[in-house]
Amino acid sequence: MAKITLDNLAHAYYPNPQNDEDFALKELNLDWVDGEAYALLGSSGCGKSTLLNIISGLLQPSQGRILFNDRDVTDSPTAQRNIAQVFQFPVVYDTMTVRNNLAFPLRNRGADASYIQDRVQKIAAMIGMEAELDNKARGLTADAKQKISLGRGMVREDVNALLFDEPLTVIDPHMKWELRTQLKSFHHEFGHTMIYVTHDQTEALTFADKVVVMYDGRVVQMGTPAELFDTPEHTFVGYFIGSPGMNVLDAKIEGHKAYIEGTEIDLGAGYKPVEGKSQIGIRPEFVSLTSNGTGLPVKIRRVEDVGRHKIVRADFFGKEINIIAPEGASIGADMNRVAFVPERINVYANDWRVKGEVA
Amino acid sequence: MEKTVNQKAWFLVLPVLILVGFSAVIPLMTVVNYSVQDTFGNNQFFWAGLEWFDELLHSERLHNALGRQITFSLIILAIEVPLGIFIALNMPKKGFWASLVLVLMSLPLLIPYNVVGTIWQIFGRVDIGLLGYTLGKLGISYNYSQDAVHAWLTVIVMDVWHWTSLVALLSYAGLQSIPDAFYQAAKIDQASRWKVFRYIELPKMQGVLMIAILLRFMDSFMIYTEPFVVTGGGPGNATTFLSIDLVKMALGQFDLGPAAAFSLMYFLVILLISWVFFTVMTNLDKRDGV
Repeated sequence: MAKITLDNLAHAYYPNPQNDEDFALKELNLDWVDGEAYALLGSSGCGKSTLLNIISGLLQPSQGRILFNDRDVTDSPTAQRNIAQVFQFPVVYDTMTVRNNLAFPLRNRGADASYIQDRVQKIAAMIGMEAELDNKARGLTADAKQKISLGRGMVREDVNALLFDEPLTVIDPHMKWELRTQLKSFHHEFGHTMIYVTHDQTEALTFADKVVVMYDGRVVQMGTPAELFDTPEHTFVGYFIGSPGMNVLDAKIEGHKAYIEGTEIDLGAGYKPVEGKSQIGIRPEFVSLTSNGTGLPVKIRRVEDVGRHKIVRADFFGKEINIIAPEGASIGADMNRVAFVPERINVYANDWRVKGEVA
Repeated sequence: MEKTVNQKAWFLVLPVLILVGFSAVIPLMTVVNYSVQDTFGNNQFFWAGLEWFDELLHSERLHNALGRQITFSLIILAIEVPLGIFIALNMPKKGFWASLVLVLMSLPLLIPYNVVGTIWQIFGRVDIGLLGYTLGKLGISYNYSQDAVHAWLTVIVMDVWHWTSLVALLSYAGLQSIPDAFYQAAKIDQASRWKVFRYIELPKMQGVLMIAILLRFMDSFMIYTEPFVVTGGGPGNATTFLSIDLVKMALGQFDLGPAAAFSLMYFLVILLISWVFFTVMTNLDKRDGV
């Protein structure tokens, strides 16, 4: 178990990177606290797997250092880093039995037989494969194989960190919940540092203590699920987290007010004049439809009833705005205005959040 | 809708039947016909029944040729398969060198059989061949036309030179199909190089290796041209393999009856071995179940 520090790290897949564009992973400094569960969230191709492979040593970064408990391991091969990693697609040793698959990492490290026996039994119980222990791994279904891969990742107790690279992609939906809960309890029990890569926000938010959101090779925010929800540091975090994502609208900012297409909106705090592209972001949860003639004029396009609430898609000067209305709410034809909760409005300059001064 | 029945449609397959009849069935039946008869020329035939088969089954000449044949096939398999795998493992995976190596590796496969024979025939000659002459000058006695062991060595090395590429290329194709994740997982699991080979590479190569072994076995079991050009089956009968013996019998001695019986048994042996391979391979596929 270890604290992992990434110091000034960056990676390019081609030699001689010239500018930012050439880097698959842009310069970053990050501390992963020992024993926490992290989710690494972002859309495909944003550098999540690259980052993971650098931590496990499968990839050598173009620049920067990696420290485990303040010891430089940048040049250490994977074997010396003592890391467990589970990949997106199942990797099993076909010719071995399930038991030998699970025992493989322990045997390679020369653990003694009785310990291996115990440990394998325990892991098999966890992934629910005790009955198949003596079957050949060949010919099992994809999700059974992936469960073996997960088991192999968890079988060593003394690893510095456990890395998961979208491990549940091939697993059945109902099994997903089950395994994710198992992983969580495994984390509680053993307190490994865990990093879980995913592009599924539900998966990230339910699994992790802290979520790291990546966008275009950058870490844009690291925070608890609540922080990501309340104060997205980057408009991407706003879009990406939440269903539907945050409404981001071009606005002019002046002190405690924002102006959109000439309409005045109260902000929860005061802001200095904003440079560059200025926008406000508000979550659909904090937008409400009104019929009393105040607020911004909108035209309702359609209403989606998702069960626990209604999502209203409305047209606002040619741009779509989403509103979440409670399940019981009746939505009338006269509702042609929206109001925002002022304290819940975030202000963005060139996509990055600007802090306001509470007046 | 009712189906139209028109038996005349059978005429549509007639061209194929005629073609197969003339190219396969009739020649084979001719051989069957010869194998049960004796002839002294002039197209005069006498019924011999199963006499030739009986004679050949107890013929020391055939036993020896079969023994040499099996020994030869096993030796070249024992060399070419491990060597081919070893080469495939060490071939560059991508880039310019990978293409270059692939082209170089396929060169021996493109050379006509009798040219390969001629190359080695001259290469090994004591008077003018680079190999034979050099060995002679170094004081190593080497003469494939007089010494049976030397003749065998020459024929085996020639076959290895000619065909190891095939095994290597097939193994290489098998290796290329292994996703990176397997190697990465092995690193994470701290598997040794040997274990990576034993538990990842070898199982993934199994399918292509079976094909490689089948091809190499069949091909070496029917080998004719190359050893015939180099040694002519000699010295004595030292390198007279089944095909060479068959040709000697049929065309050299013009013993059509025994040669025909020989051909049929040869054919059945090959058919049997192919069937065994086929069964084993399909069973492996079934066991995979993926």
